[in-house]
Amino acid sequence: MATSSDAAEAAAEQASGGLPQLDFTTFPSQIFWLAVTVFVLFQLMSKVALPRISSVLEERADAIADDLDRAEEFRRQAAEAEASYARALAEARAKAQGIAAEARAVIQREVDAAMARADAEIGARAAESERRIREIRDSALAAVAEVANDTAGAIVEAVMPEVMDAAAVKAAVQARLG
Amino acid sequence: MGRGAIEGKRRMAASEASEGGLSIHPMEQFEVMPLFGGDVVELLTITNSTMWMALMLAAVSALLILGMRGRALVPTRVQSVAEILYGFVRQMVTDVLGEDGVKFFPYIFTLFIFILFSNLLGLIPYSFAVTSHIAITGVLAILVFGTVIVLGFVRNGIGFLKIFWIGDAPLALRPVLAMIEVISFFVRPLSHSIRLAGNVMAGHAVLKVFAAFVPALSVFGILPLALMVAITGLELLVACVQAYIFAILTCIYLKDALQPAH
Repeated sequence: MATSSDAAEAAAEQASGGLPQLDFTTFPSQIFWLAVTVFVLFQLMSKVALPRISSVLEERADAIADDLDRAEEFRRQAAEAEASYARALAEARAKAQGIAAEARAVIQREVDAAMARADAEIGARAAESERRIREIRDSALAAVAEVANDTAGAIVEAVMPEVMDAAAVKAAVQARLG
Repeated sequence: MGRGAIEGKRRMAASEASEGGLSIHPMEQFEVMPLFGGDVVELLTITNSTMWMALMLAAVSALLILGMRGRALVPTRVQSVAEILYGFVRQMVTDVLGEDGVKFFPYIFTLFIFILFSNLLGLIPYSFAVTSHIAITGVLAILVFGTVIVLGFVRNGIGFLKIFWIGDAPLALRPVLAMIEVISFFVRPLSHSIRLAGNVMAGHAVLKVFAAFVPALSVFGILPLALMVAITGLELLVACVQAYIFAILTCIYLKDALQPAH
């Protein structure tokens, strides 16, 4: 028995050139244990390992998605806060500008009033001065005419007393004075 | 007296014979051996292959089940590795198969994680690379192949055969193309399995060859040792890339079954 199987193995080994891979006597055992191993491995993978990994990956993806959502929400809130801040700032600025403009307008009105008053006073005074200048000039002119009359009358009387005519002299002087 | 005893004696004799000289047995590491006495590998025999598959299961469970136990919102390191693996495969499945393919995700993830962890555990010195065996990768590839065929006919009925009939090719070429398509379709499980087993086996064999040079060269053994470190790095890449290739090819093949019109 031993010798016959020995001979068979020797023959097999010779046929295969001694390569252990081609020693067909070991094939049934290898294939049997391979089947067992692959079956067990497949069961372990498909029933335990892969569902577990996939659930962990899903949980993580969900957690990341949640975090992203929350971050998006926070970002939105921040943007809102920024917008309301900007709005408040703009309002405050507008208000300040309004107040400044109002104050400016009030001051302007007061300045204008004061200017108007001053202008009126200046105008009144100027008119008064002009009037007084005119009076002085008129009285001066009247005095000039009088002096001219007197002088002309005196000259005419001294030169030709027979033709002395006060009215004529006055008219002549008046004509010359314009 | 079991045949294994004879085998063992022969092996011992061989190693004694080569003692002193350069003894390179790059293929010994791939031998499937019973762990608990006995020498015949029966159907239910616990072998080193069985043990490393069990260790793979333990490692995967530690990472993907214990590592996820915290269910932390902010993941720990282990948890984020588990999540990255999940996300990576999930992305790959939806990229290739669309939302329709999500129900195949556990299946593809199982294949990916099985191959990835077997490859990585296989890189531990003195360990056993389960995926270096064509028996293992072949069964996995046939599993995919069978799924594609069954699913293709269940989903599309006889219309599934349209994947062999290239509609937009010139009519005269179509039979030729159909033949090529049929051949390439049936070669798939072969290339699918041999690509993985071949890559893993080649890397481990190369490492073993270099390892044999380390003691043989005494002080200068540092050179092959340095090379081994570099190759181990490369093998780390290969281990991950091959798991990825197996998984993405599975997706692409499944796409034929789900959407036969390319």
